[in-house]
Amino acid sequence: MAVDIKMTPPSAGEDKAWMTIDGRQVPVEGERNILEVARKAGIDIPNFCYHSELSVYGACRLCLVEVEGRGVVASCSTAPEAGMVVHTNTQRIRRLRRLTLELILADHDRECTTCVKSGACRLQELANRFGLDRVRFGERDGREPVDTSSPSLVRDPNKCILCGDCVRMCSEVQGIGAIEFAYRGSETAVVPAFDKGLGDVDCVNCGQCVQVCPTGALTVRSETERVWEAIHDPDTTVVVQMAPAVRVALGEAFGLDPGTQAAGKVVAALKSLGVDRVFDTTFAADLTAWEETHEFLRRRKEGGPLPLFTSCCPAWVRYCEQYHADLLKNLSTCRSPQQMMGSVLKRYWAPRQGLEPDRVFVVSLMPCTAKKFEAARPEFVREGCPDVDCVITTGEAAAMIREAGIDLESIPEEPFDNPLGMGSGAAVIFGTTGGVAEAVVRTVAGIVHGQDAPRVDFTPVRGHRGLKEATVDLSGGDGKGESGDRVRVAVVHGLARAGELVRAVKEGRVDYDLVEVMACPGGCVGGGGQPVGPGETRAARSRGLYRIDRRSQLHRPQDNPHIARLYREWLGEVGSHMAHEALHTRYHPHRRIEGVRATASTPAAAGAAAAGAEGDAFAAAKVPGEPLEVSVCVGTGCYLRGSHHVLRVFNRLLDERGLRDRVNLSATFCLEKCDRGVSVKVGDRLITGVGPDTAAEVFEREVSGRAAGPVETPGRRQG
Amino acid sequence: MTDRRIEDRRELEMLQARLARALETLRPRIIVCEGTGCLAKGAADVRRAFIKELEKRGPGIDLDLALEDPDEVERRREMGVAAVTPSGCQGLCQRGPLVTVEPEGYLYVGVRPDDVPDIVQAVVEGTGPVVRLLSDRDLSQARAADIDFFRPQERRVLAWCGRIRPGDIREYLARGGYSALAKALTEMTPDEVIEEVTAAGLRGRGGAGFPTGKKWRVTRDAEGDKKYVIVNGDEGDPGAFMDRCLLEGDPHRVLEGLIIAAYAVGADEGYAYVRAEYPRAVRLLRRAMAEAERYGLLGEDILGSGFSFRARLKEGAGAFVCGEETALIASIEGRRGMPRPRPPFPAVRGLWGRPTCINNVETLGNVPGLILYGAAAYREVGTDGSPGTKIFALAGQVERTGLIEVPMGSTLRDVIFGAGGGIRGGKEFKAVQIGGPSGGCLTSRHLDLPLDYESLKEAGAMIGSGGLVVLDEDSCMVEVARFFMSFVQSESCGKCVPCREGTRRMLELLTKMTEGTATKADLELLEELAGSVRESALCGLGKSAPNPVLTTLRYFRDEYLAHVTEHRCPAAACLELVSFEIDPEKCIGCGLCAKACPSGAVRQVDRADGTPDGRRRAEGAGDAGPAKKSPAAKGKTRKKRLPYAIDDELCLRCDACRAACPKGAVRRVPRKTVRDRSGAAATTAAGD
Repeated sequence: MAVDIKMTPPSAGEDKAWMTIDGRQVPVEGERNILEVARKAGIDIPNFCYHSELSVYGACRLCLVEVEGRGVVASCSTAPEAGMVVHTNTQRIRRLRRLTLELILADHDRECTTCVKSGACRLQELANRFGLDRVRFGERDGREPVDTSSPSLVRDPNKCILCGDCVRMCSEVQGIGAIEFAYRGSETAVVPAFDKGLGDVDCVNCGQCVQVCPTGALTVRSETERVWEAIHDPDTTVVVQMAPAVRVALGEAFGLDPGTQAAGKVVAALKSLGVDRVFDTTFAADLTAWEETHEFLRRRKEGGPLPLFTSCCPAWVRYCEQYHADLLKNLSTCRSPQQMMGSVLKRYWAPRQGLEPDRVFVVSLMPCTAKKFEAARPEFVREGCPDVDCVITTGEAAAMIREAGIDLESIPEEPFDNPLGMGSGAAVIFGTTGGVAEAVVRTVAGIVHGQDAPRVDFTPVRGHRGLKEATVDLSGGDGKGESGDRVRVAVVHGLARAGELVRAVKEGRVDYDLVEVMACPGGCVGGGGQPVGPGETRAARSRGLYRIDRRSQLHRPQDNPHIARLYREWLGEVGSHMAHEALHTRYHPHRRIEGVRATASTPAAAGAAAAGAEGDAFAAAKVPGEPLEVSVCVGTGCYLRGSHHVLRVFNRLLDERGLRDRVNLSATFCLEKCDRGVSVKVGDRLITGVGPDTAAEVFEREVSGRAAGPVETPGRRQG
Repeated sequence: MTDRRIEDRRELEMLQARLARALETLRPRIIVCEGTGCLAKGAADVRRAFIKELEKRGPGIDLDLALEDPDEVERRREMGVAAVTPSGCQGLCQRGPLVTVEPEGYLYVGVRPDDVPDIVQAVVEGTGPVVRLLSDRDLSQARAADIDFFRPQERRVLAWCGRIRPGDIREYLARGGYSALAKALTEMTPDEVIEEVTAAGLRGRGGAGFPTGKKWRVTRDAEGDKKYVIVNGDEGDPGAFMDRCLLEGDPHRVLEGLIIAAYAVGADEGYAYVRAEYPRAVRLLRRAMAEAERYGLLGEDILGSGFSFRARLKEGAGAFVCGEETALIASIEGRRGMPRPRPPFPAVRGLWGRPTCINNVETLGNVPGLILYGAAAYREVGTDGSPGTKIFALAGQVERTGLIEVPMGSTLRDVIFGAGGGIRGGKEFKAVQIGGPSGGCLTSRHLDLPLDYESLKEAGAMIGSGGLVVLDEDSCMVEVARFFMSFVQSESCGKCVPCREGTRRMLELLTKMTEGTATKADLELLEELAGSVRESALCGLGKSAPNPVLTTLRYFRDEYLAHVTEHRCPAAACLELVSFEIDPEKCIGCGLCAKACPSGAVRQVDRADGTPDGRRRAEGAGDAGPAKKSPAAKGKTRKKRLPYAIDDELCLRCDACRAACPKGAVRRVPRKTVRDRSGAAATTAAGD
């Protein structure tokens, strides 16, 4: 290997710990396992399930090494010790690794030629590396259906090697756990809750699972065909908007270093594909920063609700809708840059170009898989016409460019189209964690200090640390301003950390004015639609964005002349009806899992169950006409507000009023009014805000009257 | 009422004495085994019959032990009415329902409600045992202790199992229960308790045989102010029921052991993890915990010592792998039961990240006696390296199956031919599968091998948790390996590749062998796979999963070779590789086999050459006329109906004819025709 390792052997008097790996002395410098020490020594120990950002799992057993005196151990889960003598490549280890690989391959759908992951598949790579030329075992037992229920992701269980990377990513980094292991033995599978589709559970579409999946089991749902169709339709004008984080990552697919600014080349390539216009999402990001800053200042003036949480990240928004309904009022009402751009394109740009909005096909080129989901949200579809027609990820765009045979490296750069192809430096850094917060701070500084405002490099919120906190002094940094002029800012990335922060805010342990949340580690540069790379790649992309920002002549959103023009020509002023209509939205509580309804454990139900099928049939026969359907929400929000007590009261009253036969009482999961207390559905009517103390009253008012029909006599009963 | 908190050791001893006196009123006492085996055979009806029968004769059935008044105790004793008590497993499960009559200790087997009046009569009138219900109908073996089954045994941990009402703390106290706890709390420091356990050489009874004292020491020395103890009752080996019986028969002993362990390692909280498929054990242990708490033997400031300990019961959801420590911890924490790499060991980082000591049910069952009588007494039985006794669940093809406790170092011969009474039906002993699917098999050459940790390890097996499945000559070792592999593969947690995929592929290969489609290359692949899985799997269960293959290969390679080279099963057990034959000498021509046959392969012989006429008839072939018979045959047929015979090509190998035959005339022989790869039948010349 051509790795230059500058390591000196141990010398007397040095207190550094050393170990021997394949005959070489390697220092131990706080690495948590042998695998990382070996990596430092230039030895790539093969594995599927080790990720430095996730917990150690130890399941793939490919990283086995021999330690003298201890035999075969898994290098990912064995701590390095001074004096340890490790062999990574003995005949025994080779034999074990090859057989393990062969076992994995036997249970893997090996239709490599038609797999989107072909060429980037870790399993393929290792099989190749180990020269596996045959599989002596049988095949998979039949084919599992491919899960295409998600708007963003495709899950192909036939390609899953059960390394668990996605499971740990989803639960440890994103705090969701939308997928987990189920079943045992050779039937073990990674599945969403209740074995439903990814689109029917609490998946937030962030795509981080795709980033860690070593095979083609979890991939981005590709929409390139729709883009090709639009391009080749002569009646359609295809407009692409490109997000900030794409320009520093797309080049990686063509051999450029991470962080290399490739916007001009990508624009040229897209034009070469036949795209009519290429605009820059940074324009919309400036618009977002401008609107959001004003929203923030208004909230501060009007006393809340604060902290203001950013809402640019659709995965984070979805997460809030599912887990923190009471927080939705704190979310900025500003649409994300993608949706603002869609709105601007369809309502402002198209008419001025003399184009019908439905003949303009807006393609978003995003680093993000959740943007696919966002674009399809009903809030962003007007009269059947979506503001954004189609979202493709960085990876999909790279695939299209590759298909067209374009050599990205040598293609001459081209500028974005105007007027929507220009954004400030503050907009460019939207693509990394901390960027939105910094953009808002720059905007505020510009508003407070006018043209004299100094350049703001808000370094405390930069970098890839987990939680970043800073206080901004709006009085101009001279420290003389009143305490009310200080803005406390927090920035998190990764939803698990965001969840912790939200809990801290709710419990009053911390106090912020502005909180930026990005679902993906590193922000959009680490988005689920980006080319796969380690944490270091993400940092390099972020540095690339800050480089662009430094060189940009437009520092603040308000420096962007086209923004002012947009207000002049179309929106009027900030806060205008048009601005509100076109640039803002509202989010609503959403249930996590579709179609789960538990029958309430009423005494009658329990009794019927105990009596067996016969009893059930009898009970059913006794009900005259259709019984009234009453369901009480027992989702987390309602449960915490006492929905079980409500159920108990209803159950008691059913007996007292003799309505057991007339009412079907059930418990249901989430009626999507989580922020309004216990929800109860009576027939088609949804009643919110039912409390344990008002349950009886609600029952009498809403249930008793409607359920009481003519009193039947035993003689009229059937059965 | 004694139903109150015991404040200190003196109170405990007074209560024990009072309860012991009360216990005297329960004589004579009829103890009906309500272990799971006996219950399944109708023990509950038997006990009801006893109660009914005794009620005819007067009051005082099932006396309450809560008698405080000595006069009342005396009065009851004079009344002399028999008591009826349910108990846990009495051991000889195969012969249940079992009934023991005390004080004599007569053991009755196979008791039905009809037998109850005779027993009651004998008990009340003191006329000695009912001979017809004794296990060998032999007066000299009326007492349990005299029966061959019990003679090689040394029931220490099982001392009261099957003899007391399980879960009744008063009876446990009456027998001196919780004295060991009192001794530990008042006379010993935690370190002294650990030293005593270490000196006794107690080793974990769950499988690996790790020294218990050492485990306690590591947990005690681990950093952290919060520690846990867990009793592992997730017994899951096929054929193993030691822990269940102990929990069902004497739950307080296990609980006492757990509390002592908690005191020793410095834990103030603990869990009993018992599989949910043991509802009776769960119920009894839960009741025992509640009672111990009421009596102040569990909870705050136990016996005034200042030591507090709370315990909870957690039901396992029935995953074999949850017997593995780290998977068990995950399960208690509410996560999927999957092992994680060790170290860190649970003793250092266990439940909720705190130091945790996990001991098996039987291990903790050893502790009270060990503490009470000391390490020296404990070492009186067993071997130097493996002191004490071991409980085995004896199952398979032995005359007497059941629960036994023998000194460590007893030989397999003692167990199988002593307690077990040899092989059923006078067949040849072939092998014994010891330690469940993680264990291995031993053969006749190991019959005099002492059963202890070291000797078994040398022989390539392990004591495991103590399951003993005895196999006779009719067992095919390839099929045995296939059976255990099928268990392991479906119980694999699915986490690591070697276990999940390796067991599945081993099962695939073994299945091919038993179906006669495997080749020698398959055998080589199986060996390679077994060796690799052992080396590379993540947890102990995965590493030991290939053991059934490896040990059967070690001792019965010839059988494997016969399967893969000749497609022949020497034991005539693999159905795909056998033919069914009817012994014309034994056949009485009753035709039950032909009725049972779903494919019409069994036909009555009507020809002199003894072949069945089925095909001829089915094809409607011409009438060959009455078969010519030799004069000798002619002479016979007048007295006896013609025998039946089986057409091998029509035979589906369902075994129904063999099951139907009242005379045992149908037998399995190595297959006469084998299917070639394409599935077509071909006749083989391979003789036996």
